[in-house]
Amino acid sequence: MSGGTTHAVRLGLRRGWTEFGQSVRSPQDQAFYVFMGMATLAYLWFNREDEVEGTALLYPTVALPSILAALVAFNVVMGPASALVMEREDGTLLRYRSLPHGMQGYVTGQVLHHSLGLLPTLVVILVPSALLFDGVMPGGAAGWLTALWVLLLGMAATMPLGMVLGAVLPNVQKLSTWGMVPALLLTAISGIFFPVQALWGWLQVAAQVFPVYWLGLGMRSAFLPDAAAAVELTGSWRTGYVALVLTSWAVVGLLITPVVLRRMARRQCGSQVAAARDTAGQWVR
Amino acid sequence: MTGDVAGQPVVRVRGLRMSYGAHEVLTGVDLDVHPGEVVCLLGPNGAGKSTTMEVLEGFRLPSAGEVTVLGADPARADDAWRARVGVVLQSWRDHPRWTPRRLLTQLGGYYRPYATPGRPRPYDVDRLLDTVGLTADADRKIAALSGGRRRRLDVAVGIVGHPELLFLDEPTAGFDPEARRDFHDLVHRLSDLEGTSILLTTHDLAEAERLADRILVLAGGRIVADGSAEALNRQVAAISEVRWSRHGERFVHATDEPTTFVRRLFEQYGDDVADLEVRRANLEDTYLAMVARHESGGRPQLVEVTP
Repeated sequence: MSGGTTHAVRLGLRRGWTEFGQSVRSPQDQAFYVFMGMATLAYLWFNREDEVEGTALLYPTVALPSILAALVAFNVVMGPASALVMEREDGTLLRYRSLPHGMQGYVTGQVLHHSLGLLPTLVVILVPSALLFDGVMPGGAAGWLTALWVLLLGMAATMPLGMVLGAVLPNVQKLSTWGMVPALLLTAISGIFFPVQALWGWLQVAAQVFPVYWLGLGMRSAFLPDAAAAVELTGSWRTGYVALVLTSWAVVGLLITPVVLRRMARRQCGSQVAAARDTAGQWVR
Repeated sequence: MTGDVAGQPVVRVRGLRMSYGAHEVLTGVDLDVHPGEVVCLLGPNGAGKSTTMEVLEGFRLPSAGEVTVLGADPARADDAWRARVGVVLQSWRDHPRWTPRRLLTQLGGYYRPYATPGRPRPYDVDRLLDTVGLTADADRKIAALSGGRRRRLDVAVGIVGHPELLFLDEPTAGFDPEARRDFHDLVHRLSDLEGTSILLTTHDLAEAERLADRILVLAGGRIVADGSAEALNRQVAAISEVRWSRHGERFVHATDEPTTFVRRLFEQYGDDVADLEVRRANLEDTYLAMVARHESGGRPQLVEVTP
């Protein structure tokens, strides 16, 4: 890494930290976190008496790690994707493009901001869950450790998807069609709310290509007792595969994302910012 | 410093063309900016001012032409080149949650490795805030600033890296008269004390006249006039406009010999001539006539008549 890049990365970390600080202090973002927490807890609470077939476990126990996995993936994909699209339109990106090594700082800031942004989500879900439901983490310290590495690897595997999505989407209006809908569909087939075995065979295969399924499986392996592996595909936690698939996605992401981001930055100019501003003021066309 | 030669222009453009599909925005722009010079690019909306600026800033690839900025091709220039160039673009609404002080500290930081003994980089943030008149707003959220205040911040961001060359695209849009005067002072200070070369666009003629060492008029995709405000004025001050009416019909004639023209007018029509008015053209008239001629492809808008 050249001296200029190291310097830019350091400034980018400061930017990410500042953005995170501003986010947790903003009533808008606080409301979002609280809503996420309440919705998840309410869903688990209303299903608290259900027993999961084939195990002695209650539904919230099984669903909590899966939902955490889905929220992590959703946040680190949609967070950077929407930030990139919006900040391309409002001029933030162009500001950084006009700085020496600015894009490197900007992207570093995004990575740190959206990684830290998971903390409030985890807190608003895990803390009340520990109080409301019994035995959230039977595995103790070893379980938390597993959860930590699965979480970090899962973030590394999914965040590049958000960056690439944000780089290729033409404008904010496309964000829901090409961002939200695929993200929700992927979550639906990835064994978060019901086991993948309930799906057709080809969909099970498709789900296992993407990282969300493996992130969910890894989280369940951290939070659930070993006996619960019996209801998974192949009847095991497949820990080696979790690590392998997530690492592969992370490596591919690391290789592709800089290329896509550089291409996006090269095509950025002031007229686009002006055009986006005019379009934004004109919703009905 | 990359490829600078003393005495060479800091910006040199030859035969710059830009087209979007069949639509040609720039049809062959030639222009130079010399070290320490303040040059104003004047032109109507859609003439291609911003496009020209974006090419010079390296944000847009030209369709054809030769562009050299600070000794390098902006489309291929490196980060060291970026550090020497300041950019203020037209419209921003970014960083709403940041404060001016935090943003200037963050953005200025990127220039630190490029400081030289002669050019400390970046500017001290407090001094910069004072220079652009934002001290009182330094710790307010940017979203809470008025349009004019935001524009001051844009200018501050443009100069935070202590640029050798500064591009300003309609910097005073949304300024009240006081902010405008402050900005003019700032431009003079940057150019006189720091030796910054400045290229700015505006459609305000008075502003161009006050700021520029040289005015370039961009119309019909090319530079149609190039000179100091005085030179442009001299070029056209000779021309006067004569207006009159005869039997209720109104006429206009542009001439460089109004006295002779009016005498001949009376010789020919005598008492029929009414509503006579003779007016010296000012810079604005010349500018408008020039733009009209080049936009409409050769015909001046005034109806010329010969008695």
